[in-house]
Amino acid sequence: MVSKAYLAVILGMGLVTFLPRWLPLIYLTKRSLPSWLVEWLDFIPAAILSAILLPALVTDSATRSIDLGQPEFVVAIPTFVFAILTKSLGGTVIIGMVFFGLAEKFF
Amino acid sequence: MNSKKDSGSGHSKKSVSRGMAAAWPICLGYMPIGLAFGVLAQKAGLSPLEIGLMSVVVFAGSSQFIAVSMLAAGASIFSIVATTFVVNLRHFLMSSALAVFLKNADRKKLSFFAYGVTDESFAVNLSKFRDSQWDLNSALVTNYTANFTWIITTMLGGIGGQFIPAHAFGIDYALIAMFICLLVFQIRGYIYVITAVIAGVIAVILSMLIPGNSYIVIASMTAAAIGVVLNKKIGSGEGR
Repeated sequence: MVSKAYLAVILGMGLVTFLPRWLPLIYLTKRSLPSWLVEWLDFIPAAILSAILLPALVTDSATRSIDLGQPEFVVAIPTFVFAILTKSLGGTVIIGMVFFGLAEKFF
Repeated sequence: MNSKKDSGSGHSKKSVSRGMAAAWPICLGYMPIGLAFGVLAQKAGLSPLEIGLMSVVVFAGSSQFIAVSMLAAGASIFSIVATTFVVNLRHFLMSSALAVFLKNADRKKLSFFAYGVTDESFAVNLSKFRDSQWDLNSALVTNYTANFTWIITTMLGGIGGQFIPAHAFGIDYALIAMFICLLVFQIRGYIYVITAVIAGVIAVILSMLIPGNSYIVIASMTAAAIGVVLNKKIGSGEGR
């Protein structure tokens, strides 16, 4: 039913996905880290979320070019404002979806 | 198992409900993506069982999409696994950032937790760990609730995803809106604003220049290093 070749593919994929997720959690939690590393890691979340988010908002993934007119970016502006004002995760998700649903009708 | 039950008083019940409550934006966001993945995988010739197995063993959305299109194109095992490795390497950074909050935690639990580290669960758990209330048990529940949603929706997509109106109500924007709010949570001073802006600008530029998603790792490592240097220059304590 499930071929050996397919199993080999997903086991290989699973291993190389799991190891980078696992190694830091096992090794870094057992050591006291140098202060520069702790400080650097403290900046990582803001940096990584922005690095994931901004290209998704301002670039057209199909053409790999900047497009500030796409609904993803236009909707992000009021969504950002709402998040800053309310600090509500659930509210921001709902508002973002509503705006995006509306924007898709008009774009 | 038993030790879990022994400590399973009100405390762990609370962990379960808190963990599930934190997971809902992730689950909402995974639904359309999971269904879309299932539809694509089914078109590439995978059975619902094969789709479910991949979601269980790998549990990493973007690399699963890439793997399925590579399978359909007849790529070799080595090239699929190597591509998966590169695409998912960013989780190394995320697990490292999470490790700061999990000093001396139980190794077994950490291993189970590691399995569920995705962009989305990382972002939610990291914000939660900053509130001192959050613990590894809640984080595990969040991860596995998201994991369960992913497995089920990818299989559903493979069974009959084309009949489910997956894109209604702006649901495609759920994860983006979640990331927007979680990014706002991470901004705890102007140096964080500068770091985030630098990371975003580098990421946008690199994403147009280099193939794949390695721009995420390069941009965030560089921007965080600049953040550390700026923090030193401006003087400790001010930006925080």
